Amino acid sequence: MDTKSETKKVGAVLVLGGGIGGMQASLDLAESGYKVYLVEEAPAIGGVMAQLDKTLPTNDCSMCILSPKLVECGRHFNIELLTYSELLGVEGEPGNFAATVKKKARFVDETRCTACNLCAEGCPVVMRNDFDEGLGKRKAIYNLYQQAVPNAYVIDKREERPCHIACKDACPIHMNVPGYIALIKQGMFKEAYGLIRRTNPLPGVCGRVCYAPCEDACNRGEMDDPMAIRELKRFVADQIDIEGIEIPQISRNGKKVAVIGSGPAGLAAAHDLALEGYGVVIFEALPEPGGMLRYGIPEYRLPRDILSKEIGYIETLGVQIKTNAKVGEGIKFEELRRSYNAVFIGVGAHESLKLGIPGEDTSGVIHGVDFLREINMGQKVKLGRKVAVIGGGNVAIDVSRVAKRLGAEVNIIYRRSRTEMPATSEEVESAEEEGIEINFLVAPIRIIAENGRISKIECTRMELGVPDESGRRRPVAIEGSEFTIDVDTVIPALGQVSDVEFAKQTGLEITHRGTITVDESTLVTNIEGVFAGGDVVTGPAMVIEAIASGKKAARSIDEYLKGEPLTSKEDKSLPEKLSEEELITNKERFPSQNRVKAKELEPSMRVKGFEEVEKSYSILEAQEEAGRCLASQIEGCIGCGECEERCGAKAINYDMRDEIANLEVGSVILAPGLDEFDPTSLFNYGYKKYPNVVTSIEFERIMNASGPYQGEIIRPSDKKAPRRIAWIQCVGSRDESIGAGYCSSVCCTYAIKQAIIAKEHAGTDLNATIFFIDMRLQGKGYEEYYNRAREEHNVRFIRSRIYEIQELDGTGSLSLRFAEEDGTLRNEEFDLVVLSVGFRPSKKGMDLAKRLGIKLNKYGFCQTDEFTPVETSRPGIFVCGVFQGPKDIPETVMQASAAAANSSALLSSARYTLTTKKEYPPEKDVIEEPPRIGAFICHCGINIGAYVDVPQVVEYTRTLPNVVYAEDNLYTCSQDTQERIKSAIKEHKLNRVVVASCTPITHEPLFQETIKEAGLNPYLFEMASIREHCSWVHMDEPDKATQKAKDLVRAAVARATLLEPLHKVSLGLSHDALVIGGGVAGMTAALNLAEQGFKICLVEQEKELGGWVRKVHIPLNETTPQDFLRSLIKQVEANELIEILSETKVVKFEGFVGNFKTTVASGERQRLIEHGVIIVATGAKEYRGGEYLLGQNERVLTLSDLEEKIIKSSEEIAQAKNIVMILCIRPSEGNFNYCSRVCCTVAIKNALKIKEINQEANIYILYKDIRTYGFKEELYTRARKEGVIFIRYDDERPPQVNSNDSKLEVNAFDPILGEELILTSDLLVLAEPMVPSETNEELRDIMKLTLTKEGFFHEAHVKLAPIDFSSEGIFMCGTAHSPKFIDETIAQAQAAAGRATTILAKNQLEVGGAVCQVDPSKCTACLTCIRVCPYNVPFINTNGVAEIEVAECRGCGICAAQCPRKAITLFHYKEEQIEAKIEALLIEAS
Amino acid sequence: MEHEMISKNQFEPVIVAFCCHYCAYAAADLAGVMRLQYPTNIRIIKLPCSGTIDVLHILKAFEQGADGVFVAGCLKGTCHFIEGNIRAEKRVAQAKAILSEIGLEAERLEMFFVSASEGPQFANVARKMTDKVRELGPSPVKRKR
Repeated sequence: MDTKSETKKVGAVLVLGGGIGGMQASLDLAESGYKVYLVEEAPAIGGVMAQLDKTLPTNDCSMCILSPKLVECGRHFNIELLTYSELLGVEGEPGNFAATVKKKARFVDETRCTACNLCAEGCPVVMRNDFDEGLGKRKAIYNLYQQAVPNAYVIDKREERPCHIACKDACPIHMNVPGYIALIKQGMFKEAYGLIRRTNPLPGVCGRVCYAPCEDACNRGEMDDPMAIRELKRFVADQIDIEGIEIPQISRNGKKVAVIGSGPAGLAAAHDLALEGYGVVIFEALPEPGGMLRYGIPEYRLPRDILSKEIGYIETLGVQIKTNAKVGEGIKFEELRRSYNAVFIGVGAHESLKLGIPGEDTSGVIHGVDFLREINMGQKVKLGRKVAVIGGGNVAIDVSRVAKRLGAEVNIIYRRSRTEMPATSEEVESAEEEGIEINFLVAPIRIIAENGRISKIECTRMELGVPDESGRRRPVAIEGSEFTIDVDTVIPALGQVSDVEFAKQTGLEITHRGTITVDESTLVTNIEGVFAGGDVVTGPAMVIEAIASGKKAARSIDEYLKGEPLTSKEDKSLPEKLSEEELITNKERFPSQNRVKAKELEPSMRVKGFEEVEKSYSILEAQEEAGRCLASQIEGCIGCGECEERCGAKAINYDMRDEIANLEVGSVILAPGLDEFDPTSLFNYGYKKYPNVVTSIEFERIMNASGPYQGEIIRPSDKKAPRRIAWIQCVGSRDESIGAGYCSSVCCTYAIKQAIIAKEHAGTDLNATIFFIDMRLQGKGYEEYYNRAREEHNVRFIRSRIYEIQELDGTGSLSLRFAEEDGTLRNEEFDLVVLSVGFRPSKKGMDLAKRLGIKLNKYGFCQTDEFTPVETSRPGIFVCGVFQGPKDIPETVMQASAAAANSSALLSSARYTLTTKKEYPPEKDVIEEPPRIGAFICHCGINIGAYVDVPQVVEYTRTLPNVVYAEDNLYTCSQDTQERIKSAIKEHKLNRVVVASCTPITHEPLFQETIKEAGLNPYLFEMASIREHCSWVHMDEPDKATQKAKDLVRAAVARATLLEPLHKVSLGLSHDALVIGGGVAGMTAALNLAEQGFKICLVEQEKELGGWVRKVHIPLNETTPQDFLRSLIKQVEANELIEILSETKVVKFEGFVGNFKTTVASGERQRLIEHGVIIVATGAKEYRGGEYLLGQNERVLTLSDLEEKIIKSSEEIAQAKNIVMILCIRPSEGNFNYCSRVCCTVAIKNALKIKEINQEANIYILYKDIRTYGFKEELYTRARKEGVIFIRYDDERPPQVNSNDSKLEVNAFDPILGEELILTSDLLVLAEPMVPSETNEELRDIMKLTLTKEGFFHEAHVKLAPIDFSSEGIFMCGTAHSPKFIDETIAQAQAAAGRATTILAKNQLEVGGAVCQVDPSKCTACLTCIRVCPYNVPFINTNGVAEIEVAECRGCGICAAQCPRKAITLFHYKEEQIEAKIEALLIEAS
Repeated sequence: MEHEMISKNQFEPVIVAFCCHYCAYAAADLAGVMRLQYPTNIRIIKLPCSGTIDVLHILKAFEQGADGVFVAGCLKGTCHFIEGNIRAEKRVAQAKAILSEIGLEAERLEMFFVSASEGPQFANVARKMTDKVRELGPSPVKRKR
C-alpha cells in the first residue's frame, strides 16, 4: 500500500461493531499504536457471543472466555467505546476519513452508574427482553446483560408520553401516578403498592377520601373521562395486607422529635422522620389517633379498620403515639421543646366557626365537626327528625349524610348556587341520591325556639352579586324573601379554626386568621426547632395537602437536625394541559374509552347504616381502568421518574439528548455481525404458532445460567423439563427459494453442542435428535466432537427432510413428520423442537454499506475478493466476521486481526500519533516504613449500606492493627472519592490502601490507578468484596452480613499489611520478525509486516516460494491462483525489507518474546537471527496412500493430480466418458479422523471444470457429507444442475474398486435407490486428506511447541486465540494450523502479522509483576516445576538449578504450589500473604 | 468457647473458599448480581488460578479453625491456565487423604468446578457445603482449643 501519500494520515481507526470481531480488531490496533473508536449500536459491547451459553468444541463457557476481552476493551487507554451509537457516514480518502457517529441518549451517566439495579426494580414498565430473545422480560431501564461493558444501565425511551403527566404535578406530594398505574396494568400489585408507599404513608386512606386533584388535572379527561386514580390507589391498597408487609431495618440516630397532633400531617411527618432514624413521639389530645381522619370523616367513607391498620404500621416503624395527651393541659409546650430535638405542630383545625345569627345558642344547635366527632367517638347524639345543615363544604355534606343515616330528614341550606359549592360534585350527587335536599341561594337569618327547643329556622333567599375576594360571586339577600323551615336540629358547618392557645404564651407567631405563621417553603416557625404544618397553618384543607405538609416538615426537620441548609422548596411545576394539536393527535391515536365505574352501594341500602359506600374494583376492572392511562400507552420509558428517585448515584439524566460526534480516522473496519433468520414465514415449522418450537439462539438463552430460566432446561409453554428434544437443521440456509442459497456454516456444530449440553443438563436419558441433510463439520476438532456426540453422548442423528411440525392437542408436545433418506415417511413426537436458524447479514450493516457505497453480494453480505478477503470495495474500509459471510468464531477472530493488520499497514506512518500515555508522579519508597493502612468502606448507596452496618464496620476497621485511617463513602468509586483517597494518602501518610466495596474484577484497576496517581505502587492495594459477596447475597441477615463484612475487611487488612511493591521490568526488543514457510501464508504475513515497516527474514525449506498453491490451477471464482501467486512472489521478492532464505531450516531456537535467537541452516551454513516475533507457516500437503489402487493404476488420481491433468492434458478429459470421484478418503493407519475442509469444494470445482470441457462426461461423486459451507454451496447447487451425480456412502458400506484389464469398476450402494451400483470409470479421483508438513514435528521439538494428534499446530485457544501459540510472541497461520482455503489462509496470515504487530510496535515490553521466581539456594533441581508448568517456562540453568524467565511467566503459581522445597515464590500471592488472610479470616472461629 | 453446648442446628460453621480469579470468583460475583441468597458462612479468598492452591493453605485453614474448606476453579478443560484446576483437584484429593489420616472428616473439604456464568451453581455450592459442614458439626480441631 502507498505509504508515501502526500496527505498526512490519521493514526486512528473506527471499528464498527462491538462483537468478538470488532473487539479483537480494536484490541490489536490499540496495542499496535493506534487510537480506536469502537462504535456499537447496543448499549454494551459483547455481540452475539455474550448471548451464547457454551462454545464448542471445548464446551467453554462463552462468557468466561469473552469476559477478559470485554474488560480489556472497556479499560484500554486507547480504545474509546461509543456504545448505543450509530455510524451515519464516512467521507474522505483512505488514511484520512471523516466519520459521523450518532450517540444516542442513554439517559444514564455511564461514569456514575454502579449497576446496582435499584432503578430497574422500581421501573414500572415491563418490556420484551431482546437479549433473552423475548423469553424473558426486562424493564424500560436495564443493563444489557449482567457482565456488560460498560456496566451501566440505559433507559429504553422510544417516544414522549402523550399526556404531560399532569396528575403528578397536580398531586401535592407528587405521587408517581403513571408509575403505579403502569404496574397495576402489568398485574404487579405488590410493586404498585410499594411505589405508592414510597411517597404516601396512608395509601388506603387516600384511596378513599382524597379529593384527587390529580383526576381534575388528568389529560385523559380532555378526551373522555379522567383516570380513576383514587379508585386505582384504593384497589392496590386493598390487595395488600399491610400487617404482612416487611418492616424496614432502620438504624436509629438517637435524636428525638415531638409531633403534636396525629392527623394526616402529624402522621406523615412522624412516618418520614421514623424512617430517617429519629425517635418520634406523637401527642394526641383525643382518645384515638387519626385526627380529622378519624373524627371528621364518616365511617361510610373511611372504614376505621383501614385507618387503624395504616396508623399501626407507622407505629411499627417505631413511632410512639400518646393519646389523651393534650399539649397545654398537663404537658407543657415548653417542656416538649426542652426534651425533644425538634417539635412539629400539626394540631389541625377542630374548632367550629360560629354562624353569628340569633338563636345560635339554643339547645338543638350542634356544630358540624363537633357532631361528627361525637358520632365518630361512638357517643349518642340527640338528633331531631328534621335537620337543617348550614354550609356547602364537604363537612356539610358529611354531616348531612351521617344525619340521614341516623334517620333524619335533612335539608342543606347554602347561600350560593351549585357551581360555587366547595364540596366535591360526586359527594353532592351522592347526598342527593340518598334523598338529601339542598336549598341553594338560601341563607339562615334566625333560629326560632319554642319551649327552649328549636322549632324553625328563618331564612332568606339570595341572589349572586359581584365577585368577592375569593373570586366567587357574592350572595346578596333578596329583600322580602324571608321564609321559615320546620326543624328540630340545626347543624352549622361553615368551617373550622385551630386551637393554638397552648403555644401562644411561648411567643409563637399567629396570623390574624388564627393559623401559625411559617415560612411556606420550609414550614419553619418563628421559634427555633419548631415547625408547623397542616390545617393549623393553611386553615381547613384536603387530607393530601396535610400529608404533603407533614412530609415537607419532616424533610426540613431532618435537614435542620443534621445541620444542613434547609432545601425544601415549593415545587412550582404546574400541571400542563394538552395543546389543541396534541388533543387532536391523541384522539386519533387512542380510541375513546370511558372510565370504569367502581360499584357503589345502592342509595336505599346506604342510608341504613355506615357501610362503606364505594366498593373496590375487581382485578379485571382495575387492569382495564389502568389500561386507559395515556402515559403507559407508549412503548418504552413512560418518564415516570421512579428510577431517578431511586438512583443514589445520581446517574439518571432525563435531559440527555442524542449527540453527533465527528471523528477523524485513517481507516474503518466494519464488523456489524449478523441477524438470525426469522423462521416465522416457514409455516410448516409452526414457529411463533407453537410455543415449544424455538430457535437455536432462543435455546442458547434457555440453556444459559444467566438466561431467563437460570439455565434450567425447560420449555416455554409449561416450564416443564422436556424429555425429547429435536433439532432441525438448515432452517433458513441452503434454500434458494428464500434467498439463502448459501450454507450458514455453523449450525451443524452448534446443534451438536446444544444436544450435548442439553444431555449434560437434563441427564443421559434425554432423547436428543438432530434432523439434518449433511453434517458440516469443517472446523478444527469438529469431526471428533461429532463422533463423541454420537458415541459417548448418544445423540441421535437422522438424515432426513422435514415436512411439517404439528402440536399435539393439549400437551404442548409436537409431532414431526419427516422423510428419511430412502424416502420413507415417518412421524415422531418431541417435547421441544429447536430450529437451527441460519445467518442473515446484519440489516443495519447492509443499510450502512449502502450509505458508504460498499458493494454487497446478492445476499447482502459484504463483497470481498478471494485474495483480499477483508477488503471492501471502498479502499481504506475493511470488513471482518459474519458480515463478510457466514462463519464461526475462530474465522471471525482471524479476519478481525487481519482487518487490523490491513489498517495498520495503511496507517503505519501515523502510528503512535494519536495514542496517549499517562504520566504518574514518582513512586514513594515504602519498603522501610511500617505499614500504614487506609481503609475506605463503601455504602454503594443503599446496596451495601441497607444490609451491612457500614459505620459499624468502619469503627471496627479502626481497631485493626496497622490501620491508621478509615472512612465510609456513599460511593467509593465516585470521582470525588478518588480525590479523597489521594488526599488521605498524603495527609495520613498511608502506604497501603484497602477498599471494601464491590468486586475487584471490575474495580481493582480503578483504585490501583488512583493510588498510583498518589505515588503508591499499585500492588499496595487490597480489596474486600462486601457487595457481591456479602450484602447482595445476605439481604435477609443484616447482622450476620455486617459480621461477615468485618471478617472480610479484617482479612483484607491482614494481607495488605504484608503486601510489597512490585515493579514490572522494561525490556528492549527486536523489531524484526522471522517467518517460517514461504507459501502463501508466510509470504502474505511477511508482506504485511514489511508494509508496516518491519524487517522480515522469510525462511523456506524448498528452493522456490509458493508452497502448496503452486499446485492449484483452477479458480474457485475468477482470478486464477497462479496469477495471484506470481504477483505475490514478485512483491515479496521486490520488497527490500524481506530477506528470503530458501532451502533453509530452523535448527536451534532460544529466547523469549521480543528477544528470540534462532539459528537457521542452509546445508552446512548456519546463521543466527535475532528477532522479536516468529510466525510459523509451514503449510500442509496432500496425503498419498495406497487406497483404491492409487499408485498402482494410472487412472487413479488424487484431486491435485486431476487438476494438473485438466490443465495439462485436457484432451484426455475431453474423451473421458465416466469419471468417479470418491471423497473423504480416510486411511485406516494414522490419525485421519478430521475433515480436510477443502476436498468437497475442490472436487465439485473440478467436476464443473470437466463439464465445461466435456459436457457429455458422466461424473459421479461418492461422498459421506457434502461440506460446501458458506457461499461454496452455490457450486454444489450448480454441479447438481449441470448433472453431476452425487451418491452418498457410509463407512459401513464404502465403495469398492476393481480393475480388470484396462477397466476400472466402482461398486457403490445408493441409499436413495437402495441398490448397489456398478460404475465403470475412465478416471477414478480420490480426495485424499490434507496432512501437515513433517516440519511441524521438527519445530515442535526445537521450539517447544504443541501439536494436535493429527500433527497440526495447537493454538492457545481454539475460539479466541486461533493465531497465537500459548508461548508469547509465536504465531501460526495457514494450513499449518488446520486445513483451509486460500482466502482463509490469507486472512489468517494477515492476522498473524496483525498479532505480531502488537509486539513489534512496542518500544519496550513490560514484563514481570505478579510472577514466579525461584530461590536458587533452595532449589534441588527436582524438575517438578518443569513438569507442572503449563507453558514450559522453567528450565535448569547453567548453575544446575531451576530458573523462571520473568518475561515468560504467566503468574498462575502452579509451580510455586507444587514445589516440594518451597523454592518458588509467586509474588503478590506469597505464602505469608495468603496465610495472613486465612488466619485473619478465622480469628473469630478459633 | 462452649462449643459442646451448641446443638448442631444452631452451629454456624466457618467455611473458607479458595476461588480462582477467572471462573469461580466471577461466578460468586454473578451470584451477587443475581441477588441469590446463600448462607453467610462462606468466606472467599481469591487466587489467580485454582492451581495456585497449596495443600498447606488448605491445612492451614483447618488448623486455624475452619469447619470446612472448598476450592473452586473453572470447568474442566477450560482453565485459563490450561490445567491448573486439574492440579487443584489432585491436591484437594491429597489433602482429603491427610484429613482422614489425622481424624478429620474428608467431606469437610471439597473441590468444585464452576464457570463464570454459573451464579446459581455457585450459590448452590455455598448452600450445599454449609449444610454438609453444619451436619458434620464443629471441626474437632476447634473443639480441642
